[in-house]
Amino acid sequence: MTNLVEVRDLRIEATTDAGRIVEIIKGVSLDIPDGEIVALIGESGSGKTTVALSLMGYARPGCRITGGEINVNGKNMAALSEKQRARLRGTDIAYVPQSAAASFNPSSTIMEQVIEVTRIHNLMPPERARQRAVELFKALSLPDPEGIGARYPHQVSGGQLQRLAAAMALIGDPKLVIFDEPTTALDVTTQIDVLKAFKSVMRAGGIAGIYVSHDLAVVAQIADHIVVLKGGEVQEAGTTARMLSAAQHPYTRELLAAFEPKPRQTHADGDAGAKPLLRIDNVTAGYGAVRENGLPLIRAVDSVSLVVETGRNLGIIGESGCGKSTLARVIAGIHPAATGNIVFDGKQLERAAGKRSQDQLREMQIVFQYADTALNPAKPVEDIISRPLAFYHQLDRQARSKRVDELLDMVRLPRTLRYRRPSELSGGQKQRVNFARALAAGPKLIICDEITSALDTVVAAAVIELLKELQRELSLSYIFISHDLSVVEAICDEIMVMYNGERVEQITPDKLKAPTHPYSKLLFSSVPKLDPTWLDGLVRDPELVSQYGHR
Amino acid sequence: MTMARATTSRRSFLGYSYSLVGVVAALVILAWMLVAILAPYIIPHSIGDIVDDDYFGPMRQGLWLGSDYLGRDMLSRVLMGARYTVGISLAAVFIACFSGVVLGMTAAVTGGWLDTCLSRFLDAMNSIPSKLFGLVVVAAVGSSIPALILTLAVIYTPGAYRFARALAVNINTMDFMTVARVRGENTAYLIGSEILPNIIRPVLADFGLRFVFIVLLLSGLSFLGLGLQPPLADWGALVRENIGGLPFAAPAVIIPSLAIASLTISVNLLIDNLPQKIRDRDA
Repeated sequence: MTNLVEVRDLRIEATTDAGRIVEIIKGVSLDIPDGEIVALIGESGSGKTTVALSLMGYARPGCRITGGEINVNGKNMAALSEKQRARLRGTDIAYVPQSAAASFNPSSTIMEQVIEVTRIHNLMPPERARQRAVELFKALSLPDPEGIGARYPHQVSGGQLQRLAAAMALIGDPKLVIFDEPTTALDVTTQIDVLKAFKSVMRAGGIAGIYVSHDLAVVAQIADHIVVLKGGEVQEAGTTARMLSAAQHPYTRELLAAFEPKPRQTHADGDAGAKPLLRIDNVTAGYGAVRENGLPLIRAVDSVSLVVETGRNLGIIGESGCGKSTLARVIAGIHPAATGNIVFDGKQLERAAGKRSQDQLREMQIVFQYADTALNPAKPVEDIISRPLAFYHQLDRQARSKRVDELLDMVRLPRTLRYRRPSELSGGQKQRVNFARALAAGPKLIICDEITSALDTVVAAAVIELLKELQRELSLSYIFISHDLSVVEAICDEIMVMYNGERVEQITPDKLKAPTHPYSKLLFSSVPKLDPTWLDGLVRDPELVSQYGHR
Repeated sequence: MTMARATTSRRSFLGYSYSLVGVVAALVILAWMLVAILAPYIIPHSIGDIVDDDYFGPMRQGLWLGSDYLGRDMLSRVLMGARYTVGISLAAVFIACFSGVVLGMTAAVTGGWLDTCLSRFLDAMNSIPSKLFGLVVVAAVGSSIPALILTLAVIYTPGAYRFARALAVNINTMDFMTVARVRGENTAYLIGSEILPNIIRPVLADFGLRFVFIVLLLSGLSFLGLGLQPPLADWGALVRENIGGLPFAAPAVIIPSLAIASLTISVNLLIDNLPQKIRDRDA
């Protein structure tokens, strides 16, 4: 079998703002055999996307391909002129971006955008291209393949858009498709459909692919080979089966280990000392005009009740749009509830944060999903962490500085980071700073809103581990909101499943194997397993999927 | 692939890096400010005295910058003009930008009826032609320097408000604003400590542009007789009153133009080249 792609000793350099030159890809070599899919995995910043993009001869602004060969279908992409590369892009090599939602032009119809490639390269007449597109829509099991092309991008769901982006890539009959984390932004229940569609189309067409991801379980389902990258170098490469069973390199093992949930410290059932810290009764909240009965037009959270006990953790799980983030905002008072009671530490809380006392605000902290927007980019880490110290505890300058050091130690960040701005930190570091700021207040309850979903597996596992340690030291309680079951399972004592604004079930992690509610069943069965045969062997109750799946 | 950036011309001093252009611009501005303060003591002739037999006289000993359309000493008039141009325009632009930016950020953070009322009121202000507004004010309270400063400030506040509000609205939707609100912070902290550092650069650029507009509007008002009253004259007025000297290449029309250009360009260059604090990125 011949190799479609042969990359030899690829080197890519970037220039920093200060004018320093950094080598970000340090001599990577890899092969992609005809018709097979190779996965590039590694943490963020490992250079996996950079390598994938270089197969099109493309380097992002500020970067340059400085050495090595990139042979794709017998042509060295690194040596071709820009014009020659442009001729190959879309016809020989195609690209499926991470966020299809951001990659479609909102002002023209999907069909126009899908067949654009054939127009640019004069591949076929528009009529033929439309027929071909409809065939692809069918192959990717999109609903209403005849009519979906006439819609605009905002009229279809995220999972559909991702498959449409794949149709766009496949219409030029490419020999190689580059997938750049195409399912990272999707819910697990949607991810399955997308993965299945990708896999069947690629297999049917005998198309080779490169699949960039940080999710080992997803990669296990779709790839034939796995290449592990770290720091711009190949750590280990091999077939999927070998990599999953007999990984050699420590980093690969770390990736695998991060996937297995650690044994939790289990509280003895019926812990006598546990008393309720937070109790919510029949809370309803939503958006839009308030109607006569005092309820908002669109109810995002519908009569939800829950209890969090001191020193215990509650997980809230559900797909995007199920109201879990709104619930967090309701508890924190950012989005006042329309009806219902919130009792915190034995006292009734006002619904709006503005009316709560300073101590009540201090004792309940919320940590947001995107550390990028939750940290003020104009302020150094030191100022960000020390503000709650000055605000709640009235510490003077020296005491603040000392406490900032302690907090940085607590979240396992080097003290020298205090002078940096958020943009100079990695994703995991930012999330730690975000968390340190919440700790600085000295809270009893921390609401974690999807705090690990923007992080890759290894970093997320480290953050979870950190949360557990801090809980032991500081007797905190967490409300842990996530769409990732393995994360919630690892840290929570109780798990509440939400669907469509309502609480559908509350279970303990040890009963996860046997959920009773049909939606929980669908959700739990959709979490990818490391087993490469899992996706092919997965049989889902079609009734459940049609009832709860958003295709 | 663009590589070389203009970072090589920057030097560092006391933990700040600055560029040569910025330093030169700052020196020019400083020089004009000194002139503005010291003008009454250094002018060789009184600005109203006719000291030349000829009008639009050339540069020569004793009259270093020639004479104007009435035969008055140009050097003295330009030096005194600095007082009015620098003083009035700077004061007006400070007031306009300060009030506009503070109101804009407050409106963005507070929202609701305050935002609506302020925005509609300042939009209404914006719709009044600036020269007409000046005319009405002068007719009502007469022409004096404080009145002039306030009038110019009021004319340019709505623009600064709109600009700052548009920037602040974007920042206001960020999660760190929510975090600060849930912490219980008041509006003063929100606008001063969370929003301002994120919008300061565009606001300063806007400040520079607005300064130039005010200098030009001041000249226009003076030309209509609504600004400074003769024999006082700011630089804009000096250009206008000596415009007849253009066919004779008289220094009387060129020198004040150069003065205006040197000041406005310097202000903008300085703002584009402010010193930057060096933070050790490799630590």
